[in-house]
Amino acid sequence: MTPAEIRDEILDILDNIAPDDDLSNLKDEIPFRDQMELDSMDFLDIVMELRKRYRVQIPEEDYPQLASMQSTCTYLAPRMLDLERIAR
Amino acid sequence: MYDTIIIGAGMSGLAAGIRLAHFDRRVCILERHYTIGGLNSFYRLRGRDYDVGLHAVTNFTPKGARKGPLARLLRQLRFRWEDFALAPQLGSSIRFPGVSLRFSNDLELLRSEIARNFPGQQDAFEQLLSRIVDYDDLDQELYEQSARRIVSEIISEPMLIEILFCPLMWYGNAREDDMDFGQFCIMFRSIFLEGLARPYAGVRLILRQLIRRFRELGGELKLRHGVSRIEVQDGRAVGVVLDNGTTLEARNILSSAGWVETMRLCSHACPEANQDRPAGRLSFTESMAVLDCQPQQLGHSEAIVFYNDHPEFCWRKSEDLCDVRTGVVCSPNNFAYGHFPDDEESLPDGIVRITSLANFDRWFALSEEEYRLEKLRWFDRAVASAVRFVPDFRAHIIDTDMFTPQTIRRFTWHDNGAVYGAPQKQLDGTTPLPNLFICGTDQGFVGIIGTIMSGISIANQHILPQASDA
Repeated sequence: MTPAEIRDEILDILDNIAPDDDLSNLKDEIPFRDQMELDSMDFLDIVMELRKRYRVQIPEEDYPQLASMQSTCTYLAPRMLDLERIAR
Repeated sequence: MYDTIIIGAGMSGLAAGIRLAHFDRRVCILERHYTIGGLNSFYRLRGRDYDVGLHAVTNFTPKGARKGPLARLLRQLRFRWEDFALAPQLGSSIRFPGVSLRFSNDLELLRSEIARNFPGQQDAFEQLLSRIVDYDDLDQELYEQSARRIVSEIISEPMLIEILFCPLMWYGNAREDDMDFGQFCIMFRSIFLEGLARPYAGVRLILRQLIRRFRELGGELKLRHGVSRIEVQDGRAVGVVLDNGTTLEARNILSSAGWVETMRLCSHACPEANQDRPAGRLSFTESMAVLDCQPQQLGHSEAIVFYNDHPEFCWRKSEDLCDVRTGVVCSPNNFAYGHFPDDEESLPDGIVRITSLANFDRWFALSEEEYRLEKLRWFDRAVASAVRFVPDFRAHIIDTDMFTPQTIRRFTWHDNGAVYGAPQKQLDGTTPLPNLFICGTDQGFVGIIGTIMSGISIANQHILPQASDA
């Protein structure tokens, strides 16, 4: 997956978790938490959705890497290079 | 082999089932009754729909609110705000001798009512509010402290204390006389700081959304499948035996049957399960009247009226079949309907529901004939008590029904028909067996939104973190 594809996938996950949020103005470099009202349960859901969709395992100590869209894509790019989505 | 068997298809079991099925766990919900919903269910009688349980959904926050249990629940279950079609209340009140205190989904009304009725208590009330806002849900030690002691240290006017406790105890307190401070804070937020609402179609709309989602995700539901025991091997739950003798295996069991009831299911093989923790004792009757007009035409426009006919509020098991000195008058008509595609502006019938405290043992001991007669007798008494506080609607009644502690037991299977379960809660959902968990009423979150969050949070905390081999 390319970083652009990863970004689309994360957007899809966020839209799935918070369908009432408008994601069109999401700023990649600003933490999700400062733009959307996501709590710790929602962050865990991002991790679990990635695991469900791509079998990508993210260890707990790496969760801080998922703070913003930019850091998430940077973190996931090498880990999802050869992955394709297996389930929706 | 299932990943998880869930006992009970009430709100908490369905919500847990959705979370687990969404993340590809193989889940089966077993329900003893012939329908879903548990305490919050519905039935049809003589061509009319009746709700059991639900008067109003507490914890209501408007569309766009990001904080609070409702918003969190919607994100966790992947629903849109519109999916529950919640119509806000028109207003409610608490009525005691000589005092009527109105409240709505806007805290300012309650503030001004307190200032008007209890001048001098405003500062104390603000102090109480800040205690409640600061309260942390997960602190078990603080949770169990006496709410009466803490509140009476802040508020000095005895009647105001009783008035504040009345709706909070009515809508979610399993303890007699006093309340856990944690439960007090949760209920206070859900009723006074957030608010009341109801879907036009009643509880069935919420149930329909939950069950549809659960099935879409591949979850299995078996109605008329009561669990008679939990099988235990080497200190772990390995499955359940159904009333019909069939055995089903699972890696985890999540029970919404209640603490005492769940422990009984595994006590044959788990000595630690024989803990001496009492079942709840508080049960209700509900007297339902269908009217030939809308309650507003009789001058009654409040969604909920909590009443108490003497200065002290007695929250304990009734000695007689019912205790009608206190009660709740709910009119499902008095919500602002008409803002969702399938809704009309008003319900087809006027409805008034009156909840009274009741004694399970006494209702249970009646013969069939006596039971029928006592229902009629106590219906009249409950209504006669309520019309001291709301306009007299008796000349407009065209149909009635009543449910009793026996009905509640049939829907919930809780000992004593205990509406809010056992007084002692198990906030973390754990049991003496490492892979048996409880959710729902006896985990401790109450109300529709609370019990759904209970299922979600126990599934999240204990089952979803396990590696799945799906």
